[in-house]
Amino acid sequence: MDPGFIAQYLLNGIVLGVIYAMVAVGFTLFFGVLDVIKFSHGDVVMAGAFTALATYAGLEYLGVGDGAIAAIVITVMGIAAMAALGAVLAKLLILPLRDAPPLNTLLITLMFGLALRESVRLFYPNGSNPKPFPQLLPDAAMTIGNLELRLDSVLLIVLGLGAIVAVHLMIQRSRIGLAIRAVAQDPETARLMGINFERVVLMTFALGSALAALAGITNGLYYSEVNFGMGLLLGVIGFSAAVVGGLGSLYGAIIGGFLFAALQTIGAVWFSVPAYKDVFAFACIIVLMAWKPTGLLADKSAERV
Amino acid sequence: MTYPEVNAFTEAIMKLNRATLITTLLVFLLAGCSSEKDTVKIAFIGPLTGGVSANGLGGRNSAELAVRLHNAESSGNYTYELVALDDECKPNIGVQVATKVAADKDVIAGVTHYCSAVAMGTVDVYHKFGLPVVVWGAVLPDITYGNDYKEVHRVNGTMINQNEVAADFMLEQGYKTWVIIHDTTDYGKGHNRYFSKSLVAKGGRILGTFGVSSDQQDFNAELTKVKELNPDVIYFGGLAPTGVRLRSQMEKLGIDAVFQGTSGIVSDAFIEGLGPLSEGVIAFREGAPVENLPGGEGFLVRYDQQGFGEPPEAYGAFAFAATQLIIDAIEKVGPDRDAVKQELNTTRDHDSIVGLITFDDNGQNTVALITRYVIQDGDWVVWEQSEYAQGERSLQKR
Repeated sequence: MDPGFIAQYLLNGIVLGVIYAMVAVGFTLFFGVLDVIKFSHGDVVMAGAFTALATYAGLEYLGVGDGAIAAIVITVMGIAAMAALGAVLAKLLILPLRDAPPLNTLLITLMFGLALRESVRLFYPNGSNPKPFPQLLPDAAMTIGNLELRLDSVLLIVLGLGAIVAVHLMIQRSRIGLAIRAVAQDPETARLMGINFERVVLMTFALGSALAALAGITNGLYYSEVNFGMGLLLGVIGFSAAVVGGLGSLYGAIIGGFLFAALQTIGAVWFSVPAYKDVFAFACIIVLMAWKPTGLLADKSAERV
Repeated sequence: MTYPEVNAFTEAIMKLNRATLITTLLVFLLAGCSSEKDTVKIAFIGPLTGGVSANGLGGRNSAELAVRLHNAESSGNYTYELVALDDECKPNIGVQVATKVAADKDVIAGVTHYCSAVAMGTVDVYHKFGLPVVVWGAVLPDITYGNDYKEVHRVNGTMINQNEVAADFMLEQGYKTWVIIHDTTDYGKGHNRYFSKSLVAKGGRILGTFGVSSDQQDFNAELTKVKELNPDVIYFGGLAPTGVRLRSQMEKLGIDAVFQGTSGIVSDAFIEGLGPLSEGVIAFREGAPVENLPGGEGFLVRYDQQGFGEPPEAYGAFAFAATQLIIDAIEKVGPDRDAVKQELNTTRDHDSIVGLITFDDNGQNTVALITRYVIQDGDWVVWEQSEYAQGERSLQKR
């Protein structure tokens, strides 16, 4: 195969991997801190993208021009709104159910996701149709042989990787990160040490949801289109990536995200019917999970039992 | 019985029934007095409620218009009454109402179905009861070609006609190589099958065929493969949401092929989803904008005069033509199902507002009307009226 096309497949795969990793990191954060699986995560991704889209419509109305300023404003708005939504969700739905069976949390977040999705479909103007997402990044492109290297793809990769690294540094280096790690390891002892348990949980959910919003906006900017159902598959893929990497492990989520993107790309190149690529990718995930049930990078918390 | 309120309720219903019965009888008596002619019933079935009800109501009004216009003329042998029923675009409901009209011996013929799945479910019923019907909107080929029922006819075209016209047109434009992308539903697979067959027979070359799922978001891997194949045209058999994603991701990979779609993308949602990128996209659809039909303007004027609440929509003219066709047959051979069936089967070059109607052995209209569309400045424009046809703009790769 021509090296230009190989590079093109690689580039497509990396962008996908960054988006999946951002979603998977959220799942892993929530599980690490509170041992919950939040199934509305995919729909938060979608809601983040739609918040950004609505902000853009507002900016257009106010006459603020396209380009860098608009891109920054809509990203900040999307992230802030979803961070707030994540914290509210944790406060109102997840913390009160802390002592209930885990199945209840799973169900309630599943239903919240459904409600969020249907609300966007019904109440966003013409929400059941795919919506064009504004092209705010420079559309400069370089053609190297058969590779179409677009500046916006490169920017999105840098932005996504930057965000993941920032979250990693925050958890490893900052005081709140220390508190998050303490709660993840042992909530009771962490409380005894004077850590505000509730505040740490809310912070974690805000952080994970902010990352989800960024994934949604990246998705919108990359595909120039968002739709109310986009969170469904993204949620399942993000969850699979987190599980296969090892729920609770940050590196595991990142590896899982890129692994899934790689499997999808290989599947599409390999099979003459590309519709099989998801079948192939999910089948590989099943095999991996059977082989390593605690994930590729088993989290320390697995030993906790 | 120990339920007095239930008894009272039943009684009320019975009273109501009696009242209705008497009124109906009176109406019939009066109708009988005012005119010497016999009244013949024709059924109309379409989706009158639900997501596609706009099309169903437009079709019903158009069929009603044909009946009213005929009844207003004094030259006919019979007076007609349209019995309109709702199939809700659901096969199970469709079979129920189809059985209801087919079992009613007063109904001589039917103008039936907009939804392909419903029409597929009901053809057996019409055959069993021997009720001649003319389909006015459903496009799946198998409705007429999947059986040898002499009762089933269709005035509108099928995806076979659509794809034959599509292949001819694109080859005329000088394109030589295609990549086909289709969704894996019956709709997408059907389009792939008929277009590929037609195109290869006429000398086009297909470099690759890709089936994709209809809710897929990312097509970069498929499209990178397409880029390797470097076709003149990408043919897409599927619906608007998938089409929007494909077209915009084509652009991001620097693929400059023409984007050719099917009737499934001919909607405002496709243009809204793409913005300026939609320019120069080509698609084909059965039927035509009403004003472009041979008898379209007259139809619209008379439709407006009747003061219907809803517009005729894309297939109203076909429902009108189907109803007129049935009325003409009954006028000729009398209100007898079998005779009407024979008469419909021999239809040749019958003049109608959608053009000449000729049924083949399967009861399919062979000179079905297909319109070619191109998107110009954010609108679906009929090809012949576009600046592309006049040479003021040109498509990709020409």
